[in-house]
Amino acid sequence: MTATILLWSLTAAQAMLVAAMGCSAYRLIRGPRAQDRVLCLDAMYVSAMLLVLTIGIRSGSSIYFEAALIISVLGFASSIALAKFLMRGEVIE
Amino acid sequence: MSHAENLPAWAALVTAFLVLAGAGLTLLGAIGTLRFRSFFERVHAPTLGTSWGTGAILLASIVCFSVLESRPVVHEIMIGAFISVTTPVTLMLLARAALYRDRTEGHGDVPPRSILRRPPSS
Repeated sequence: MTATILLWSLTAAQAMLVAAMGCSAYRLIRGPRAQDRVLCLDAMYVSAMLLVLTIGIRSGSSIYFEAALIISVLGFASSIALAKFLMRGEVIE
Repeated sequence: MSHAENLPAWAALVTAFLVLAGAGLTLLGAIGTLRFRSFFERVHAPTLGTSWGTGAILLASIVCFSVLESRPVVHEIMIGAFISVTTPVTLMLLARAALYRDRTEGHGDVPPRSILRRPPSS
């Protein structure tokens, strides 16, 4: 019984996270200016990281944790590089 | 989904609640990026997902794996610490870049550069 509840709530949570990624992707395509696109890329990698974590809870293996960690590290680096590019026009001076 | 039967009822319910709460908060933040008007309002919305959205799902993962392996599994705290440290840095840098771009291109009603600060003498 509780296993069924857990399974369905994980499914609902994954649907919500995919919907969140969809909202961010809509703003990423529509976004009036470049800073909106960078902001939504940032929101989108956080949602993707959470989605990988829920897949990890569902499957019960800890491999997904390392994938989530790598996604968060690389997403931070890419967001910082894009924000620096918007500020100065180049990434490495 | 074979390991879910091994979870006791309280752990399964706590995990389900935390996962749903975290995913709901993340979805609210993503809807906020659609509905707010200006960039400087929009920059607040995704922090809903990066603070308690991430926190709740990481807590759910900690509860689930700690009960399953009957030992404390806390390596998810690493992701939480990393996200909570890096998000303000990213968003501050992005908001400063947006302010700079709005000022130099002269659109949007951003406040002007402070008159108290002397322009750099070059």
